[in-house]
Amino acid sequence: MNRINSKLKADKKLLSIYFTAGYPALENTVQIIQELEKNGVDMIEIGLPFSDPLADGPTIQASSTQALRNGMTTDKLFEQLVGIRNSVEIPLIIMGYFNPVFQYGVEAFCKKCQEIGIDGLILPDLPLDVYQEEYEAIFKKYGLINVFLITPQTSEARIREIDAASDGFIYMVSSASTTGTKEGFGDAQHTYFDRIANMKLNNPQIVGFGISNKSTFEQATNKAKGAIIGSAFIKHLKQNGPKKIDGFVAGIR
Amino acid sequence: MSYHVNEKGYYGEFGGAFIPEMLYPNTEELRQNYLRIMAEPSFQKEFHQLLKDYVGRPTPLYYAERMSKKYNTKIYLKREDLCHTGAHKVNNTIGQILMAKKLGKNRIIAETGAGQHGVATATVCALMGIECVVYMGEVDIARQAPNVARMKMLGAEVRPALSGSRTLKDATNEAIRDWINNPVDTHYIIGSVVGPHPYPDMVARFQAVISEEIKKQLQEKEGRENPDYVIACVGGGSNAAGAYYHYLDTPEVGIIAVEAAGKGIDTGESAATSALGKVGIIHGSKTLLMQTQDGQITEPYSISAGLDYPGVGPLHAHLYTSGRGEFISITDDEAMTAGLTLCQMEGIIPAIESSHGLAVFEQKTFKPDDVVVMNLSGRGDKDLQNYIDYFKL
Ligand SMILES: Cc1ncc(COP(=O)(O)O)c(C=O)c1O
Repeated sequence: MNRINSKLKADKKLLSIYFTAGYPALENTVQIIQELEKNGVDMIEIGLPFSDPLADGPTIQASSTQALRNGMTTDKLFEQLVGIRNSVEIPLIIMGYFNPVFQYGVEAFCKKCQEIGIDGLILPDLPLDVYQEEYEAIFKKYGLINVFLITPQTSEARIREIDAASDGFIYMVSSASTTGTKEGFGDAQHTYFDRIANMKLNNPQIVGFGISNKSTFEQATNKAKGAIIGSAFIKHLKQNGPKKIDGFVAGIR
Repeated sequence: MSYHVNEKGYYGEFGGAFIPEMLYPNTEELRQNYLRIMAEPSFQKEFHQLLKDYVGRPTPLYYAERMSKKYNTKIYLKREDLCHTGAHKVNNTIGQILMAKKLGKNRIIAETGAGQHGVATATVCALMGIECVVYMGEVDIARQAPNVARMKMLGAEVRPALSGSRTLKDATNEAIRDWINNPVDTHYIIGSVVGPHPYPDMVARFQAVISEEIKKQLQEKEGRENPDYVIACVGGGSNAAGAYYHYLDTPEVGIIAVEAAGKGIDTGESAATSALGKVGIIHGSKTLLMQTQDGQITEPYSISAGLDYPGVGPLHAHLYTSGRGEFISITDDEAMTAGLTLCQMEGIIPAIESSHGLAVFEQKTFKPDDVVVMNLSGRGDKDLQNYIDYFKL
């Protein structure tokens, strides 16, 4: 069974952390992954940096620009990740934009992911219909789970469609925003969390965007299976480098 | 074979809507409504009324006699430079502001490079009394001060794009991010035939008034609707899309697309996307774009800010790969010289973008009885500083 599916069966709320590969320094990737696992993080999203990250706010944009300046490339990331499964067991997901994957060749990319032990991909700008028509068979062939996003604006019909197309979890974007833009949750978010919970979807939901501390983590996971922290962790890396990750995680749960 | 968009939003293999789910409701609302709204008689009436009384259409189709003699062919200039605000861009912004109103939007965002589209957007927002935010790369704000001042006078807020290379592509990213953060009340007026479906098709339809007029005007002047060639410069490709639109499926009309070679295609300082680009995704569209081996989008260069875009619209990618269009690239120097030639032979100071189209007459020989329409997309006022610096005036 895919590591993501096993993890989703665990009887607890999941903490997933996003970081941009190659940031703050090019060679920090493996160390950050190992530290996160050691400190009890349940799942990791490894960001493949892109020059034009449309869905990201200033914090992740800046980390992507820096990572590219540091020399991060698709080949470099794969090179760093070879052997990662000797030391790390938690699910690893690559999150990025579609163009770098497309240039690498979708099949070659997926094959490489399988060799390394990557469990899934999140490519926000690969639309559902294109995925289903052109790439689903390839993802399946290499045992990769594709994770789709929903937002408070996503219609019920489309959420059902996305649920039917998913075989892991649904990435529930907490508000209409880019990453790291809105902090905290208001009534609108709580109504949305309740609405989605009441839909009784087949796939568990993991909430992302706007989660930065214990309080927002707890609110987000009140109904959902887990939550993803991105920009807040990037800010931590900016200040501390790949250190004091224990303290960061302890501050969340 | 048709060169128009298909029902799924593609031109051949190009186009589509490669957007994050956060944008799906926005583009979907537009996709479901744009054709219906555009077909409404009240929309058509208001659109054409404004084009006539406010923009000053139809723009003349001018027989350039001295140029025709010089190049021994029949050259007609479609005078988009005479549009209000100085370029074809306003045809699209008039259409889109009416669309935004029909969709019940009360806030407009736009991106701009040189500032022409920003000015055209700020203009229609002032006309309609609608709030307007224009994103512009920090680098471009410094380079294009007069257009920044124009936008401000027209009541728009100009927000600097501080990310990436801080030019047009980053301004476009910022506008898209704004739209993600304001999905309900805001309409994004994109400035060319780029972006996710239905933008390329919608913008092309608004610009199609150019070739609609050419047909009528050529009928009067030459007794036939079809020229032998239509020439237009291509940044994102909106003036070109408009000039070609009614001729796309008429193979006897030759389509010539002119890209900016910058300092030369092989110099690393160029914006000739068809020559240097590969298939990929930029701003939600699958098209040809300039990028690294790794799929990172690169920064183009041209003396003309309006042609300085690392992609082209999906229609043009299709015209290129299918062979329907002939793509020619023109260097900075060739364009500047051609621009000066037009000044001195016809008394018209062109935008540097349009000068790229004019330079084709130096490169390609037409037959004496060929009727060649060159779309003069804009006037040179905005480029005066560039001309001054280049020619040491
Ligand atoms: C006068 C003029 N021509 C051409 C362009 C290029 O845009 P497009 O290719 O969309 O017509 C611009 C863009 O700013 C412009 O101002």
